[in-house]
Amino acid sequence: MANKRLAGFVITCCALGGAAQAGVLPEDRADVLYFRYDGGGVNVQGPSMLVRKSIGEHVSVQANYLIDMVSSASIDVETSASKYEDERRQSSLSADFLLGKSTYSVGYTKSDESDYLAKTLFFGVSHDMFGDLTTISFNYSEGHNDVFRNVKIGDVKVNDPTFHEKMQSKSYSVGISQIITKNLILSGQFEVDTDEGFLRSPYRSVRFFIDQFNQGREDEKYPNTRSSNAAAIRAKYFLPYRAALDGMYRFYTDTWGVVGHTAELGYVQPLDNAHWGGNWTFEGRLRFYTQTKADFYQDIFPRADFSNFMARDKELGTYTAYTLGANATYEFKIERFRWLSKGQLNLRYDHMTVNYDDFRDARFSLGSFGTLPDDPYDPGTEPLYKLDADIYQFYFSAFF
Amino acid sequence: MRTRGLLVLSLALLSAGCSSIEPWVKPYDRENLADPIMAFSRAPISQEFLDHVFDSREGSRGATGASGGGCGCN
Repeated sequence: MANKRLAGFVITCCALGGAAQAGVLPEDRADVLYFRYDGGGVNVQGPSMLVRKSIGEHVSVQANYLIDMVSSASIDVETSASKYEDERRQSSLSADFLLGKSTYSVGYTKSDESDYLAKTLFFGVSHDMFGDLTTISFNYSEGHNDVFRNVKIGDVKVNDPTFHEKMQSKSYSVGISQIITKNLILSGQFEVDTDEGFLRSPYRSVRFFIDQFNQGREDEKYPNTRSSNAAAIRAKYFLPYRAALDGMYRFYTDTWGVVGHTAELGYVQPLDNAHWGGNWTFEGRLRFYTQTKADFYQDIFPRADFSNFMARDKELGTYTAYTLGANATYEFKIERFRWLSKGQLNLRYDHMTVNYDDFRDARFSLGSFGTLPDDPYDPGTEPLYKLDADIYQFYFSAFF
Repeated sequence: MRTRGLLVLSLALLSAGCSSIEPWVKPYDRENLADPIMAFSRAPISQEFLDHVFDSREGSRGATGASGGGCGCN
Protein backbone atom coordinates (compact mmCIF):
# COMPACT_ATOMS: atom_id res chain seq x y z
CA MET A 1 0.00 0.00 0.00
CA ALA A 2 2.43 2.52 -1.13
CA ASN A 3 1.94 3.35 -4.74
CA LYS A 4 -0.34 6.33 -4.54
CA ARG A 5 1.27 8.74 -6.94
CA LEU A 6 2.57 6.84 -9.90
CA ALA A 7 0.88 9.09 -12.44
CA GLY A 8 2.43 12.18 -10.95
CA PHE A 9 5.80 10.50 -10.87
CA VAL A 10 5.60 9.47 -14.48
CA ILE A 11 4.45 12.81 -15.81
CA THR A 12 6.91 14.95 -13.92
CA CYS A 13 9.88 12.78 -14.84
CA CYS A 14 8.70 12.84 -18.42
CA ALA A 15 8.21 16.58 -18.34
CA LEU A 16 11.61 17.36 -16.90
CA GLY A 17 13.32 14.96 -19.23
CA GLY A 18 11.47 16.38 -22.17
CA ALA A 19 12.18 19.97 -21.28
CA ALA A 20 15.86 19.31 -21.10
CA GLN A 21 16.15 17.00 -24.07
CA ALA A 22 13.80 18.24 -26.79
CA GLY A 23 15.44 18.27 -30.20
CA VAL A 24 18.13 15.84 -29.11
CA LEU A 25 17.59 12.24 -28.11
CA PRO A 26 19.01 11.20 -24.73
CA GLU A 27 22.32 9.36 -24.84
CA ASP A 28 22.47 5.59 -24.70
CA ARG A 29 23.16 4.36 -21.19
CA ALA A 30 22.62 1.57 -18.68
CA ASP A 31 22.34 2.03 -14.91
CA VAL A 32 22.22 -0.40 -12.04
CA LEU A 33 21.27 1.06 -8.65
CA TYR A 34 21.09 -0.34 -5.16
CA PHE A 35 19.14 1.83 -2.72
CA ARG A 36 18.31 1.73 0.93
CA TYR A 37 15.98 3.92 2.98
CA ASP A 38 16.09 3.59 6.72
CA GLY A 39 13.96 5.81 8.94
CA GLY A 40 10.97 5.95 11.24
CA GLY A 41 10.93 2.17 11.63
CA VAL A 42 10.67 1.67 7.87
CA ASN A 43 13.33 -0.04 5.83
CA VAL A 44 13.11 -0.09 2.04
CA GLN A 45 15.84 -1.50 -0.13
CA GLY A 46 16.30 -3.02 -3.51
CA PRO A 47 17.80 -2.84 -6.95
CA SER A 48 16.76 -0.72 -9.90
CA MET A 49 17.91 -1.21 -13.47
CA LEU A 50 17.55 1.18 -16.39
CA VAL A 51 18.55 0.79 -20.04
CA ARG A 52 18.18 3.45 -22.71
CA LYS A 53 19.02 2.69 -26.34
CA SER A 54 18.62 4.56 -29.60
CA ILE A 55 17.14 2.87 -32.62
CA GLY A 56 18.30 4.80 -35.65
CA GLU A 57 18.49 8.57 -35.45
CA HIS A 58 14.92 9.32 -34.49
CA VAL A 59 13.87 6.81 -31.83
CA SER A 60 15.09 6.11 -28.32
CA VAL A 61 13.59 3.48 -26.03
CA GLN A 62 13.97 3.08 -22.28
CA ALA A 63 13.20 0.20 -19.95
CA ASN A 64 13.28 0.36 -16.16
CA TYR A 65 12.73 -2.33 -13.57
CA LEU A 66 12.91 -1.96 -9.81
CA ILE A 67 12.09 -3.92 -6.71
CA ASP A 68 11.20 -2.34 -3.37
CA MET A 69 11.61 -4.68 -0.44
CA VAL A 70 9.75 -3.08 2.45
CA SER A 71 10.00 -3.94 6.11
CA SER A 72 7.74 -1.64 8.07
CA ALA A 73 7.34 -0.95 11.74
CA SER A 74 6.42 2.70 11.24
CA ILE A 75 4.76 4.60 14.04
CA ASP A 76 1.32 3.98 12.47
CA VAL A 77 2.03 0.28 12.28
CA GLU A 78 3.57 0.18 15.75
CA THR A 79 0.51 1.71 17.42
CA SER A 80 -2.13 -0.27 15.58
CA ALA A 81 -0.84 -3.46 13.99
CA SER A 82 2.09 -5.82 13.71
CA LYS A 83 5.26 -5.39 11.70
CA TYR A 84 4.91 -6.41 8.08
CA GLU A 85 7.06 -7.10 5.07
CA ASP A 86 6.10 -6.51 1.48
CA GLU A 87 7.60 -6.29 -1.95
CA ARG A 88 6.79 -3.99 -4.85
CA ARG A 89 7.87 -4.60 -8.42
CA GLN A 90 7.71 -1.83 -10.96
CA SER A 91 8.45 -2.07 -14.66
CA SER A 92 8.20 0.64 -17.25
CA LEU A 93 8.77 1.00 -20.95
CA SER A 94 8.90 4.27 -22.83
CA ALA A 95 9.90 5.59 -26.24
CA ASP A 96 10.91 9.01 -27.54
CA PHE A 97 10.42 9.96 -31.17
CA LEU A 98 12.40 12.89 -32.56
CA LEU A 99 10.76 14.66 -35.49
CA GLY A 100 12.48 17.89 -36.47
CA LYS A 101 12.47 20.16 -33.44
CA SER A 102 9.83 18.12 -31.61
CA THR A 103 10.15 15.09 -29.38
CA TYR A 104 7.12 12.88 -28.75
CA SER A 105 7.19 10.53 -25.78
CA VAL A 106 4.91 7.64 -24.85
CA GLY A 107 5.21 5.19 -22.02
CA TYR A 108 3.61 2.62 -19.79
CA THR A 109 4.38 1.79 -16.17
CA LYS A 110 3.09 -1.06 -14.07
CA SER A 111 3.60 -1.35 -10.34
CA ASP A 112 2.58 -4.45 -8.47
CA GLU A 113 2.50 -5.10 -4.73
CA SER A 114 0.39 -7.40 -2.63
CA ASP A 115 -2.27 -4.79 -1.86
CA TYR A 116 -1.86 -2.22 -4.63
CA LEU A 117 -1.81 -2.53 -8.40
CA ALA A 118 -1.05 0.58 -10.47
CA LYS A 119 -1.00 1.02 -14.23
CA THR A 120 -0.06 4.33 -15.80
CA LEU A 121 0.03 5.56 -19.37
CA PHE A 122 1.72 8.78 -20.32
CA PHE A 123 2.18 10.95 -23.37
CA GLY A 124 4.36 14.01 -23.80
CA VAL A 125 5.54 16.39 -26.46
CA SER A 126 8.29 18.99 -26.34
CA HIS A 127 9.43 21.46 -28.94
CA ASP A 128 12.55 23.58 -29.42
CA MET A 129 12.11 27.10 -30.68
CA PHE A 130 13.83 30.49 -31.03
CA GLY A 131 17.14 29.06 -32.17
CA ASP A 132 16.90 26.27 -29.59
CA LEU A 133 17.01 28.76 -26.74
CA THR A 134 13.52 27.81 -25.62
CA THR A 135 11.92 24.42 -25.10
CA ILE A 136 8.24 24.09 -24.33
CA SER A 137 6.61 20.85 -23.26
CA PHE A 138 3.22 19.37 -22.49
CA ASN A 139 2.62 16.08 -20.73
CA TYR A 140 -0.39 14.04 -19.81
CA SER A 141 -0.66 10.84 -17.82
CA GLU A 142 -3.47 8.68 -16.60
CA GLY A 143 -3.31 6.13 -13.83
CA HIS A 144 -5.63 3.26 -12.96
CA ASN A 145 -5.15 1.76 -9.54
CA ASP A 146 -6.62 -1.20 -7.68
CA VAL A 147 -6.50 -1.02 -3.91
CA PHE A 148 -6.68 -4.15 -1.79
CA ARG A 149 -6.32 -4.82 1.92
CA ASN A 150 -4.18 -7.53 3.40
CA VAL A 151 -5.29 -9.57 6.37
CA LYS A 152 -3.39 -12.21 8.26
CA ILE A 153 -4.86 -15.67 8.60
CA GLY A 154 -2.52 -17.43 10.97
CA ASP A 155 0.89 -16.44 9.68
CA VAL A 156 -0.26 -16.16 6.08
CA LYS A 157 -0.97 -12.75 4.55
CA VAL A 158 -3.84 -12.73 2.05
CA ASN A 159 -6.09 -10.15 0.38
CA ASP A 160 -9.31 -9.47 2.24
CA PRO A 161 -11.91 -10.92 -0.19
CA THR A 162 -14.48 -8.33 0.94
CA PHE A 163 -12.29 -5.35 0.09
CA HIS A 164 -11.42 -4.05 -3.38
CA GLU A 165 -11.43 -0.35 -4.24
CA LYS A 166 -10.34 1.69 -7.24
CA MET A 167 -8.60 4.99 -7.79
CA GLN A 168 -8.04 6.95 -11.00
CA SER A 169 -5.58 9.77 -11.43
CA LYS A 170 -4.84 12.25 -14.19
CA SER A 171 -1.95 14.65 -14.55
CA TYR A 172 -1.49 17.60 -16.87
CA SER A 173 1.78 19.45 -17.04
CA VAL A 174 3.23 22.31 -19.07
CA GLY A 175 6.85 23.34 -18.91
CA ILE A 176 9.30 25.77 -20.37
CA SER A 177 13.07 25.68 -20.40
CA GLN A 178 14.90 28.86 -21.35
CA ILE A 179 18.56 29.60 -21.98
CA ILE A 180 19.16 33.04 -20.48
CA THR A 181 22.90 33.48 -20.96
CA LYS A 182 25.74 31.20 -21.97
CA ASN A 183 26.04 30.26 -18.28
CA LEU A 184 22.44 30.30 -17.06
CA ILE A 185 19.41 28.17 -17.81
CA LEU A 186 15.94 28.53 -16.27
CA SER A 187 13.01 26.15 -16.33
CA GLY A 188 9.46 26.43 -15.09
CA GLN A 189 6.73 23.86 -14.76
CA PHE A 190 3.07 23.91 -13.84
CA GLU A 191 1.21 20.72 -13.05
CA VAL A 192 -2.39 19.90 -12.25
CA ASP A 193 -3.15 16.51 -10.72
CA THR A 194 -6.57 15.06 -10.06
CA ASP A 195 -7.38 11.89 -8.14
CA GLU A 196 -10.74 10.21 -7.83
CA GLY A 197 -11.74 7.12 -5.90
CA PHE A 198 -10.35 5.48 -2.80
CA LEU A 199 -7.66 7.86 -1.56
CA ARG A 200 -6.98 6.84 2.03
CA SER A 201 -5.01 3.98 3.47
CA PRO A 202 -7.17 0.95 4.22
CA TYR A 203 -5.11 0.36 7.36
CA ARG A 204 -4.72 3.71 9.10
CA SER A 205 -7.08 4.92 11.80
CA VAL A 206 -7.76 8.22 13.54
CA ARG A 207 -7.96 8.54 17.30
CA PHE A 208 -10.51 10.44 19.36
CA PHE A 209 -11.17 11.38 22.98
CA ILE A 210 -13.50 9.15 24.95
CA ASP A 211 -12.72 11.32 27.96
CA GLN A 212 -9.69 13.21 29.19
CA PHE A 213 -7.79 10.02 30.04
CA ASN A 214 -9.05 7.59 27.42
CA GLN A 215 -8.99 7.44 23.66
CA GLY A 216 -10.64 5.38 20.96
CA ARG A 217 -9.91 4.71 17.30
CA GLU A 218 -11.88 4.49 14.08
CA ASP A 219 -11.10 4.26 10.36
CA GLU A 220 -10.00 7.39 8.51
CA LYS A 221 -12.59 9.07 6.29
CA TYR A 222 -11.33 10.89 3.19
CA PRO A 223 -13.02 12.76 0.35
CA ASN A 224 -13.23 10.81 -2.92
CA THR A 225 -11.49 13.51 -4.93
CA ARG A 226 -8.35 15.55 -4.67
CA SER A 227 -7.06 18.18 -7.09
CA SER A 228 -3.72 19.88 -6.75
CA ASN A 229 -1.72 22.61 -8.43
CA ALA A 230 2.06 22.79 -8.31
CA ALA A 231 4.28 25.43 -9.86
CA ALA A 232 8.05 25.14 -9.82
CA ILE A 233 10.94 27.18 -11.08
CA ARG A 234 14.52 25.95 -11.36
CA ALA A 235 17.76 27.64 -12.30
CA LYS A 236 21.21 26.28 -13.01
CA TYR A 237 24.31 28.44 -13.32
CA PHE A 238 27.75 27.57 -14.63
CA LEU A 239 30.49 29.06 -12.48
CA PRO A 240 33.71 30.38 -14.11
CA TYR A 241 35.93 27.72 -12.51
CA ARG A 242 33.83 24.82 -13.90
CA ALA A 243 31.29 24.14 -11.23
CA ALA A 244 27.51 24.37 -11.25
CA LEU A 245 25.08 25.95 -8.82
CA ASP A 246 21.37 25.24 -8.97
CA GLY A 247 18.24 26.24 -7.11
CA MET A 248 14.62 25.22 -7.12
CA TYR A 249 11.41 26.55 -5.59
CA ARG A 250 7.98 24.90 -5.74
CA PHE A 251 4.64 26.18 -4.56
CA TYR A 252 1.89 23.64 -3.96
CA THR A 253 -1.77 23.88 -3.07
CA ASP A 254 -4.65 21.42 -3.18
CA THR A 255 -8.37 21.10 -2.52
CA TRP A 256 -7.70 19.43 0.83
CA GLY A 257 -6.18 22.62 2.18
CA VAL A 258 -2.53 21.60 2.07
CA VAL A 259 -0.17 24.42 1.13
CA GLY A 260 3.44 23.42 0.62
CA HIS A 261 6.72 25.19 -0.09
CA THR A 262 9.80 23.34 -1.34
CA ALA A 263 13.24 24.88 -1.86
CA GLU A 264 16.42 23.17 -2.93
CA LEU A 265 19.99 24.31 -3.41
CA GLY A 266 22.68 22.22 -5.11
CA TYR A 267 26.33 22.51 -5.98
CA VAL A 268 28.36 20.32 -8.36
CA GLN A 269 32.16 20.42 -8.36
CA PRO A 270 34.21 18.28 -10.75
CA LEU A 271 37.92 18.00 -9.98
CA ASP A 272 40.37 18.99 -12.72
CA ASN A 273 43.21 16.79 -14.01
CA ALA A 274 45.60 18.11 -11.38
CA HIS A 275 43.49 16.56 -8.63
CA TRP A 276 43.07 12.77 -8.45
CA GLY A 277 43.39 12.45 -12.22
CA GLY A 278 40.30 14.55 -12.88
CA ASN A 279 38.07 11.52 -12.47
CA TRP A 280 36.00 12.71 -9.54
CA THR A 281 32.89 14.87 -9.30
CA PHE A 282 31.34 15.86 -5.98
CA GLU A 283 27.87 17.18 -5.34
CA GLY A 284 26.16 18.67 -2.30
CA ARG A 285 22.47 19.34 -1.91
CA LEU A 286 20.16 20.92 0.68
CA ARG A 287 16.38 20.61 0.52
CA PHE A 288 13.85 22.42 2.67
CA TYR A 289 10.17 21.53 2.80
CA THR A 290 7.29 22.87 4.82
CA GLN A 291 3.52 22.49 4.63
CA THR A 292 0.29 23.35 6.42
CA LYS A 293 -2.17 20.63 7.33
CA ALA A 294 -5.18 19.36 5.42
CA ASP A 295 -8.51 20.80 6.56
CA PHE A 296 -9.68 17.47 7.95
CA TYR A 297 -6.45 16.44 9.67
CA GLN A 298 -6.20 16.26 13.45
CA ASP A 299 -3.87 14.38 15.71
CA ILE A 300 -6.77 13.48 17.97
CA PHE A 301 -10.44 14.34 17.35
CA PRO A 302 -12.78 15.63 20.11
CA ARG A 303 -15.13 12.65 19.72
CA ALA A 304 -15.98 9.72 17.46
CA ASP A 305 -17.55 10.61 14.09
CA PHE A 306 -16.54 14.20 14.71
CA SER A 307 -16.85 15.19 11.04
CA ASN A 308 -17.51 13.81 7.57
CA PHE A 309 -13.80 13.62 6.80
CA MET A 310 -11.15 12.65 9.33
CA ALA A 311 -7.46 11.97 8.75
CA ARG A 312 -4.40 11.24 10.86
CA ASP A 313 -1.86 10.66 8.12
CA LYS A 314 1.19 12.56 9.36
CA GLU A 315 1.96 13.52 5.74
CA LEU A 316 -1.26 15.57 5.85
CA GLY A 317 -0.23 17.37 9.04
CA THR A 318 1.84 20.50 9.58
CA TYR A 319 5.57 19.91 9.46
CA THR A 320 8.98 21.01 8.26
CA ALA A 321 11.66 18.80 6.72
CA TYR A 322 15.34 19.24 5.92
CA THR A 323 17.41 16.93 3.74
CA LEU A 324 21.16 17.20 3.38
CA GLY A 325 22.87 15.09 0.73
CA ALA A 326 26.27 14.41 -0.79
CA ASN A 327 27.25 12.49 -3.90
CA ALA A 328 30.64 11.30 -5.19
CA THR A 329 31.12 10.17 -8.79
CA TYR A 330 34.18 8.36 -10.13
CA GLU A 331 34.43 8.33 -13.91
CA PHE A 332 36.58 5.91 -15.89
CA LYS A 333 37.24 4.39 -19.29
CA ILE A 334 38.35 0.86 -20.11
CA GLU A 335 40.49 0.72 -23.24
CA ARG A 336 39.61 -2.91 -23.94
CA PHE A 337 35.91 -2.10 -24.07
CA ARG A 338 35.72 0.21 -27.06
CA TRP A 339 31.92 0.06 -27.01
CA LEU A 340 31.97 1.74 -23.60
CA SER A 341 32.45 5.47 -24.01
CA LYS A 342 32.66 5.92 -20.23
CA GLY A 343 31.62 4.37 -16.95
CA GLN A 344 30.67 5.95 -13.63
CA LEU A 345 30.59 4.66 -10.07
CA ASN A 346 28.42 6.73 -7.73
CA LEU A 347 27.91 6.80 -4.01
CA ARG A 348 25.24 9.03 -2.55
CA TYR A 349 24.05 9.64 0.99
CA ASP A 350 21.17 11.82 2.19
CA HIS A 351 19.92 12.48 5.68
CA MET A 352 16.35 13.64 6.19
CA THR A 353 14.90 15.16 9.34
CA VAL A 354 11.16 15.79 9.66
CA ASN A 355 9.75 17.80 12.58
CA TYR A 356 5.99 17.40 12.95
CA ASP A 357 4.08 20.29 14.53
CA ASP A 358 0.75 18.54 15.16
CA PHE A 359 1.47 14.81 15.05
CA ARG A 360 2.14 13.39 18.47
CA ASP A 361 4.06 10.23 19.26
CA ALA A 362 1.09 8.08 20.28
CA ARG A 363 3.40 5.25 21.38
CA PHE A 364 3.62 7.13 24.70
CA SER A 365 -0.09 6.48 25.30
CA LEU A 366 -1.05 3.55 23.06
CA GLY A 367 2.16 1.61 23.44
CA SER A 368 3.95 -0.47 20.88
CA PHE A 369 2.59 -3.56 19.09
CA GLY A 370 -0.12 -3.96 21.69
CA THR A 371 2.12 -3.58 24.75
CA LEU A 372 1.14 -0.58 26.84
CA PRO A 373 3.86 1.71 28.19
CA ASP A 374 4.72 1.42 31.93
CA ASP A 375 3.68 5.01 32.57
CA PRO A 376 1.27 5.99 29.79
CA TYR A 377 0.73 9.63 28.86
CA ASP A 378 -2.75 11.07 28.70
CA PRO A 379 -3.99 11.26 25.09
CA GLY A 380 -3.07 14.54 23.44
CA THR A 381 -0.15 15.21 25.82
CA GLU A 382 2.46 12.98 24.15
CA PRO A 383 5.62 14.61 22.77
CA LEU A 384 5.58 15.64 19.13
CA TYR A 385 6.92 13.07 16.69
CA LYS A 386 10.21 13.51 14.87
CA LEU A 387 11.53 11.38 12.04
CA ASP A 388 15.14 10.87 10.98
CA ALA A 389 15.97 8.88 7.87
CA ASP A 390 19.19 7.72 6.21
CA ILE A 391 19.10 7.25 2.46
CA TYR A 392 21.89 5.39 0.68
CA GLN A 393 22.43 4.89 -3.04
CA PHE A 394 25.18 3.05 -4.84
CA TYR A 395 25.00 2.86 -8.61
CA PHE A 396 26.97 2.10 -11.72
CA SER A 397 26.33 3.89 -15.02
CA ALA A 398 27.66 2.86 -18.41
CA PHE A 399 27.47 5.14 -21.45
CA PHE A 400 27.71 3.77 -24.99
CA MET B 1 -13.49 49.29 -36.02
CA ARG B 2 -10.71 51.01 -34.16
CA THR B 3 -10.37 48.04 -31.79
CA ARG B 4 -10.15 45.67 -34.73
CA GLY B 5 -7.44 47.83 -36.28
CA LEU B 6 -5.44 47.79 -33.08
CA LEU B 7 -5.80 44.01 -32.85
CA VAL B 8 -4.52 43.55 -36.41
CA LEU B 9 -1.64 45.94 -35.72
CA SER B 10 -0.78 44.13 -32.50
CA LEU B 11 -0.80 40.74 -34.22
CA ALA B 12 1.36 42.10 -37.03
CA LEU B 13 3.88 43.52 -34.57
CA LEU B 14 3.85 40.34 -32.54
CA SER B 15 4.45 38.10 -35.54
CA ALA B 16 7.15 40.45 -36.84
CA GLY B 17 8.76 40.39 -33.42
CA CYS B 18 8.69 36.60 -33.27
CA SER B 19 10.17 36.17 -36.72
CA SER B 20 12.97 38.58 -36.00
CA ILE B 21 14.09 37.00 -32.71
CA GLU B 22 17.74 36.14 -33.03
CA PRO B 23 19.28 33.62 -30.62
CA TRP B 24 21.25 35.82 -28.25
CA VAL B 25 23.31 32.83 -27.13
CA LYS B 26 24.81 31.39 -30.31
CA PRO B 27 25.26 27.63 -30.66
CA TYR B 28 29.04 28.03 -30.42
CA ASP B 29 28.55 29.88 -27.10
CA ARG B 30 26.80 26.95 -25.43
CA GLU B 31 29.82 24.93 -24.43
CA ASN B 32 29.24 25.59 -20.73
CA LEU B 33 25.54 24.75 -20.96
CA ALA B 34 26.40 21.46 -22.69
CA ASP B 35 28.72 20.41 -19.86
CA PRO B 36 27.30 17.28 -18.13
CA ILE B 37 27.44 19.06 -14.77
CA MET B 38 24.76 21.45 -16.08
CA ALA B 39 22.12 18.74 -16.50
CA PHE B 40 19.17 19.28 -14.15
CA SER B 41 19.26 15.57 -13.42
CA ARG B 42 22.66 13.95 -13.90
CA ALA B 43 21.49 10.43 -13.09
CA PRO B 44 17.80 9.74 -13.81
CA ILE B 45 17.75 6.41 -11.98
CA SER B 46 19.06 8.00 -8.79
CA GLN B 47 16.86 11.09 -9.05
CA GLU B 48 13.75 8.97 -9.54
CA PHE B 49 14.43 7.03 -6.37
CA LEU B 50 15.13 10.15 -4.35
CA ASP B 51 12.09 11.98 -5.71
CA HIS B 52 10.08 8.93 -4.80
CA VAL B 53 11.29 9.19 -1.21
CA PHE B 54 10.37 12.88 -1.07
CA ASP B 55 6.98 12.15 -2.60
CA SER B 56 6.29 9.59 0.12
CA ARG B 57 7.37 11.89 2.95
CA GLU B 58 5.90 15.18 1.66
CA GLY B 59 2.27 16.11 1.17
CA SER B 60 3.04 18.10 -1.98
CA ARG B 61 3.33 16.48 -5.36
CA GLY B 62 4.11 17.33 -8.96
CA ALA B 63 6.20 19.78 -10.97
CA THR B 64 9.60 18.67 -9.74
CA GLY B 65 9.90 15.08 -10.83
CA ALA B 66 8.20 13.62 -7.79
CA SER B 67 7.98 9.88 -7.73
CA GLY B 68 5.50 7.34 -6.45
CA GLY B 69 5.59 3.87 -5.13
CA GLY B 70 6.46 1.92 -2.08
CA CYS B 71 8.57 3.78 0.32
CA GLY B 72 6.93 3.18 3.62
CA CYS B 73 3.81 5.26 3.03
CA ASN B 74 2.12 3.41 5.87
